[in-house]
Amino acid sequence: MPITHAPSRTVKLMAIGTLAGLFSGIFGVGGGTVIVPLLVLWLGYGEREATGTSLAAIVFIAAFATAVQAGYGNVQVQDGVLVGVPAVGGVLVGTWLQQRLRSRTIALLFAGVLVASAVELLVR
Amino acid sequence: MIATIAIGLAAGVIAGLLGVGGGVLFVPGLVIFMDLTQHQAEATSLLAIIPVAIVGAVVQDRYGNVRRRDGLLLGLLSVVGAAAGVALANALSGKVLQVGFALFMLFVAAQLVRRNLCTHRDTQPSPSPATPPDAET
Repeated sequence: MPITHAPSRTVKLMAIGTLAGLFSGIFGVGGGTVIVPLLVLWLGYGEREATGTSLAAIVFIAAFATAVQAGYGNVQVQDGVLVGVPAVGGVLVGTWLQQRLRSRTIALLFAGVLVASAVELLVR
Repeated sequence: MIATIAIGLAAGVIAGLLGVGGGVLFVPGLVIFMDLTQHQAEATSLLAIIPVAIVGAVVQDRYGNVRRRDGLLLGLLSVVGAAAGVALANALSGKVLQVGFALFMLFVAAQLVRRNLCTHRDTQPSPSPATPPDAET
């Protein structure tokens, strides 16, 4: 019976979803840094399929987390719009690039930006 | 204003390339350039992620890269974790949260370096999308 396979898959999705939700809520991120590698490792996704499916899941995760944060009065709508609108243009560029080139250089550059920003946050 | 555009564009490109929401850039950007508190920056980042993720998911779906059922399940199954995470974040002081976030960024950076230096998976360009967005003549 195929039912033996299905539950473990659902359990894995549940574990990934819960973990991503926790990261999203604690750090104010989408949770993609958890979702993408786990879809690849646990469910055998290809890299692009994992990123695409991750973005779809993030729509729901970010919406839930925003609603809960709004209850705490932390959401600054105007600032969110100011960074969110140009980001929509950015994501179009990013997905377009992803289909056409090896993202290794950009990913490594991004890692450098992250380290620099982390240091800035730590010394603040 | 220029800072917000730069933060947004960079976060969006990263979101599209890596399948993340872009929060890992939104949050420090909002703290460093817009002078939000860590709690405000995290909450505001989540709001900014929503349109990014919607547009990114729609475009990736046209390329055939979204497993819709799994994406929906993942999203719906995250509710409890997300609510718990937000509650935890608001229980912590801004300083603790900021240091925690910096460590999270270093974790993401290390993960990126490892994935991009040690694997050679999926480096070929995708086939054309099923409905090419810009070839409708």
